[in-house]
Amino acid sequence: MATTSRVARPRLSSTGDALRPDSNGSTRERLTALAFIAPALLGFAVFYFWPTLRGVYFSFTEYDVFNAPVFVGLDNYRALFADATFGNAMLVTVEYVAINIISQTVLALLIAVLLHRVTRSVFVRSIVVMPYLVANVVVALLFYWMLDAQIGITNQFLGWLGIEPVAFFGDQNLAIPTIALVNTWRHVGYTALLLFAGMVMIPHDVYEAGRVDGASEWKMFWRITLPLLRPVLALVLVITVVGSFQAFDTVAVTTAGGPGDASRVIQYYIFDLAFQRLQFGYASAVSVVLFVILAAVALVQLKLMRAGESDVA
Amino acid sequence: MGTKRRIARTVAAFTGVTVLLTGCASYGVDPGGDENSGEITYWMWEAAQLPAYQQCAEDFHAANPDIDVKIEQFGWDDYWNKLFTGFVANSAPDVFVDHTSRYGEFASRGLIEPIDDLVAADGIDVDAYVQGTAELWIGPDGKRYGLPKDFDTIGIYYNKTMAADAGVTDEQLKNLTWNPADGGTYEDVIAHLTVDQNGVRGDEPGFDKSRIQTYGLGINSSGGPNGQTEWSYLTQTTGWTYMNARAWGTEFNYDDPRFQETIAWWRGLIEKGYMPPLSFTEGGSQDQQMQAGKYAMVTEGSWTLATFAGLEGVDIGLAPTPIGPSGERAAMQNSLADTIFTSSPRKGAAWRWVKYLASAQCQDVVARSGVVMPALQSTTETSKAALAETGLDITAYTDQIDNGTTFPFPAVLNSAEVNATMVSAMDNVMAFQADPSSLTAANEKVDALFR
Repeated sequence: MATTSRVARPRLSSTGDALRPDSNGSTRERLTALAFIAPALLGFAVFYFWPTLRGVYFSFTEYDVFNAPVFVGLDNYRALFADATFGNAMLVTVEYVAINIISQTVLALLIAVLLHRVTRSVFVRSIVVMPYLVANVVVALLFYWMLDAQIGITNQFLGWLGIEPVAFFGDQNLAIPTIALVNTWRHVGYTALLLFAGMVMIPHDVYEAGRVDGASEWKMFWRITLPLLRPVLALVLVITVVGSFQAFDTVAVTTAGGPGDASRVIQYYIFDLAFQRLQFGYASAVSVVLFVILAAVALVQLKLMRAGESDVA
Repeated sequence: MGTKRRIARTVAAFTGVTVLLTGCASYGVDPGGDENSGEITYWMWEAAQLPAYQQCAEDFHAANPDIDVKIEQFGWDDYWNKLFTGFVANSAPDVFVDHTSRYGEFASRGLIEPIDDLVAADGIDVDAYVQGTAELWIGPDGKRYGLPKDFDTIGIYYNKTMAADAGVTDEQLKNLTWNPADGGTYEDVIAHLTVDQNGVRGDEPGFDKSRIQTYGLGINSSGGPNGQTEWSYLTQTTGWTYMNARAWGTEFNYDDPRFQETIAWWRGLIEKGYMPPLSFTEGGSQDQQMQAGKYAMVTEGSWTLATFAGLEGVDIGLAPTPIGPSGERAAMQNSLADTIFTSSPRKGAAWRWVKYLASAQCQDVVARSGVVMPALQSTTETSKAALAETGLDITAYTDQIDNGTTFPFPAVLNSAEVNATMVSAMDNVMAFQADPSSLTAANEKVDALFR
């Protein structure tokens, strides 16, 4: 952007206003820019910025929607740190994110490398992204039935192998890994495609040089692909981690947080508090804490991975 | 200097924002209006009942051309979320089907209209409804919020073929006894109907409880705060009650040994291999499991009659709940009613529709549809005849009413909070993460909500 305006200014200044040669042009330019940004800005203001401010305000109140909010200072935040369900929800969410992100990133990298180095078939690429085209809720329900302990097809197969029925969604220890892997299945193709796009940008001659030097595919992955992919990988990770922390729909249509609190991820807890129990003030406080955590995680990730810089020439 | 100004600007902005945030919303419930005609919206969740009520709406419109009734139906899960947003946005339906577990909350927030004066003015006889149903709609403030439209109780569905193969007769199933110590003949039958993968029955030597083909008894969930279809038919026969009142109580009895013993016995069925672990409840529903031959018996509510009667490939029978230590059976009875939204601009027309829904004309139509049992006593025979066409012996349900062995659904205030605590506590007990004695601590938490 900076480059564009620097090029544009001299031409515009020659048209008038001798005293402040570029003020007129730059104002007009700014107005044009604003006009282009306006729709997005309006959407951001109305649907994100304003609700966020309201949410922060509600987090200091007791509020049930039907009566005016009552200011309670830091009470909600104090209650939050004594709330065992909140603590459990944080743990469960972190477990979910860890399983989901690690499996998804590793698999996506593998698929992307295969797409990049082995085949460039558009057909294969579209197959890879297929699960992402199915609605989340549909995927969740399908797996919910397929993984039923008694009448699910998965356990039918396991039974033939002599394995006792596994309650994938019902076992308190398996519920979160199951939900995390179901979501990995749905998102891995899309993530792979993003990474693949990043790989395509890596100059081809680097690989040719590598091959001339006798490097194996394995070595080239670690020495060429991964380092040069870093900015893209960083961006993808920030997006997927933030998205992962907000897992909700799969839980909502399958276990609804259960059994017990085994799959009560933080977003579901917020929904439960606000829309089932009408504790909008307290739910807002939990949301604010989640917001702060996510902002911090994203910031740390970007810093650690030097996402703003590229190693490609 | 720059920093100072920035701080000042931030403070100013923050103050401005706070003023904005606090100053622009209006709260409280719109009082609505009493218009006596026009179009009114009516919501219900039960799809199977839609045709009958559509018929009622048409008949009503024919008799009252000045009122149009628009019926909308949403599934149970969406229903309450939609209703809630409707309340907030002042766009809730004028009249909607309400549930005893929910209306206390609505009533205490002034969202639904009490109808005592209207009932008195129009001379409606509340004794004409099936015993116990009208009282369910007297709210926490002692006011009446609805007229019962239908009622339900609890019974046992069993796989007739499996029972016959096991040599269990219908007569036996109709006279089951139960106690929390050894489970009585109820447990004997459950054990005998359980079959492992080698074909060995639960009460035979060599029974392998880790490899089950068919469980004697199914499980729906841990039952949460009320165990409506799961355990309430047992706990009630021990003399146990939920709380210190028929409804809207403030002190709860989940710490009572009779309650905890019953839950311990029920959970014991899992250990013995006669009932699936709680983890198996995530997935298919009880009717699907029964159709697949995984369960020989399940306890369910009468609202599932059409579902179970319609299961293909299995021959289903219906038996009453067992006779407990009290010497009697017990079955929870619940009733639905139509309530009026306080902010409706057409409450006059809404009441005329509600009155019609609870009248003999409409309830007769509902009775003949044979999907649910209407609450008006005069329609009971019609309803019994229609339901008998399902081939199921519905006396298992209706005898409980006729013999006075039903007890009301335990309606409570703070139901969402009570639910959150008790579902979690009961889940942990049934998943063997905690002992039944842990319910004492849960009871303390629930009691604390009402102090």
